[in-house]
Amino acid sequence: MPLHKTEHKGVLGWIDQRMPSIMAEYKKHLSEYYTPKNFNFWYFFGSLAIVVLVIQITTGIFLTMHYKPDARHAFESVEYIMRDVPGGWFIRYMHSTGASFFFIVVYLHMFRALLYGSYRTPREMVWIFGCLIFLVLMGEAFFGYLLPWGQMSYWGAQVIVNLFSAIPVIGPDLSVLIRGDFVVSDATLNRFFALHVIAFPLILVGLVAAHILALHDVGSNNPDGVEIKETLSPSTGRPLDGIPFHPYYTVHDIMGLGVFLIVFFSVLFFMPEMGGYFLEWNNFIPADPLQTPSHIAPVWYFTPYYSILRATTEPFMVALAAGLAVYALLLFFTLRSRVAKYAVLAVSAVVIVLMVGGPLKLDPKLWGVVLMGASVLIFIALPWLDCSPAKSMRYRPAWHFWLLIGFVVVFLVLGYFGTQPPSPVNERFSQIGTLLYFAFFLLMPWWSRMGEFKPVPSRVTFAAH
Amino acid sequence: MKKLIAFLCLLASGTAYAAGAQVHLDTWPEARGRNLAALQNGARLFVNYCMGCHGASLMRWNRLNAIGLDDRQIRDFLIFGNQKVGDTMSIAMRPADAKAWFGKMPPDLSVITRARTSFDYKGTDYLFTLLRGYYRDAASPTGWNNVVYPNIGMPHILWELQGPRETTIERIHHESGGRGLVREVSVFDAAGNATVTRTPVQGHAAEGTTFSFKAADPALARQFDAEAADLVAFLAFVTDPSATTRVRIGVWVLLFLAFFTVLAWWLNREYWKDVK
Repeated sequence: MPLHKTEHKGVLGWIDQRMPSIMAEYKKHLSEYYTPKNFNFWYFFGSLAIVVLVIQITTGIFLTMHYKPDARHAFESVEYIMRDVPGGWFIRYMHSTGASFFFIVVYLHMFRALLYGSYRTPREMVWIFGCLIFLVLMGEAFFGYLLPWGQMSYWGAQVIVNLFSAIPVIGPDLSVLIRGDFVVSDATLNRFFALHVIAFPLILVGLVAAHILALHDVGSNNPDGVEIKETLSPSTGRPLDGIPFHPYYTVHDIMGLGVFLIVFFSVLFFMPEMGGYFLEWNNFIPADPLQTPSHIAPVWYFTPYYSILRATTEPFMVALAAGLAVYALLLFFTLRSRVAKYAVLAVSAVVIVLMVGGPLKLDPKLWGVVLMGASVLIFIALPWLDCSPAKSMRYRPAWHFWLLIGFVVVFLVLGYFGTQPPSPVNERFSQIGTLLYFAFFLLMPWWSRMGEFKPVPSRVTFAAH
Repeated sequence: MKKLIAFLCLLASGTAYAAGAQVHLDTWPEARGRNLAALQNGARLFVNYCMGCHGASLMRWNRLNAIGLDDRQIRDFLIFGNQKVGDTMSIAMRPADAKAWFGKMPPDLSVITRARTSFDYKGTDYLFTLLRGYYRDAASPTGWNNVVYPNIGMPHILWELQGPRETTIERIHHESGGRGLVREVSVFDAAGNATVTRTPVQGHAAEGTTFSFKAADPALARQFDAEAADLVAFLAFVTDPSATTRVRIGVWVLLFLAFFTVLAWWLNREYWKDVK
């Protein structure tokens, strides 16, 4: 077989003759990946998420060299890393701070998608892979949190694994299967360690690759929600509003990285516990299976969902059932297909009976688990819930933007109450928050069409630097 | 609505209250944590008074190099048994014995100032107030009680350093069964005998506990406050020995990153100049 014809010289030419895919992929994904030139602040968080992933994997490798996944030694081995391993405190704080920053960066990355409609056609696959990354990341964080074997590690895992026992029929056996024991124990620690250091990171890296491949097939969205591939240069055939990712966005993202690292290291060096939010104070007490802490709270990035779980009490089921009934009627009068209309009524009737129907109803705890799961999974449905004629908030009615901000506020309020001990005020706020959270998504097919839309331009808005 | 207002007031109040005892905590003088003499004095107090019952088993003796002690000083002045400087600061008391003697194993103090911190107060303030919050109470099994941690299992090990004190604890609370608030003033004399007076509260008063001490030797008691501050400084050091290194390196890292970011901004501007 003859050598591949190459335009490169020297070593690169020699390699390109024998393995042309390297330069082909380099062009496809970097030097000839045409990116909209009007990216703003919100577009830093994708590349920053990759940086944090690399930080977590690198520091994770070094932590694994010294950490002992053994219930008798886990807590002390973490403190051994913090004191006796040279630079160990730095590696450990990188990993613990990185965990929280992973979620900060991912939440901001997702907010950007909501702001500019990045999940809309043709980017549904990009969005679905993104949502799967988020799910796997939550699992990864949950498994990792057990490893320091402090009181919060232990009891947090206990609470979350017990949720699975609420599932009818298979629940109790399933929770035993997850723990590998009847309580959280050494067996649990070992399997969580395996899932945390190899299984989930592998899935995560695979999904990230799929997310980027899907993105590079359809091209990036931008703050205007304009498809740059629709306006090509007649001479070159390249998007007029696009520029090569490398070097333009590589230098741009390096600048963003500088600012990010300043924030990251300010936390790491000067407040690694971040006031008890990044490293919880109770987790400095070794796990004690015989002593339940008075207040168990998950780490901050899980608290909005935890609030939704706790909000679902017996009396709240009535409000949820009423909400579902109203929603079913709304669907009944809007859907055109006769089959769909009656299917909605039938399904809702069954669900309402299971929610509040006397002897037939299921445990509210189970509904709490269902709602918590739904609150995460509902993001996947966004491309089909959003029916707005314009992708970007820039060309949608101003109140759409404020509705989105309202949703963010609800998310933060739920998050705050999730960190607090249970109280009547907490419960009421969480319940209102839960209803608003789901209303934002479920009513989107209606509200996203309403109001006055501005005309979307054919070219992106860009002022030369 | 009332609950909501009470809740918002609670959010707004920034004062430090210990969750269990609901008493105001004194502020630990943080400067002691940066003072090598104070840290060394804290180490001396720790090995002499605390290490009978409390270990710091995650900490190695020679890590005390960081507070200005060399291996010889550590061996000669701090290690009383046959431990090596590379050993951890563990103790000989067995958990089973501790349980028989005190009801439970006294906690290991390796990470104690972090473990005792909460969203409401710092662990250093808690320990600083706890160590100085003992009073004689003839009704308690050890003869000692504590305003921060009522019915504490640990007696006042450092009492000789503080000298005898007379204690007044004023508790305003709802009387069980009765209506209205009651002001309960308990005066404990230096031998721990209590005189309790209960009077109904006229008008409005906030529920809670306040306390005051009258030391037999005020100068000695003041001296003890300084000793307690040093001991807390040492415990804070043991909890997070990398803290000072961390802050020192951190400043340089941030300076470098600021420089790096300026360069990156400049590079970015040069590239983007051509994009029209």
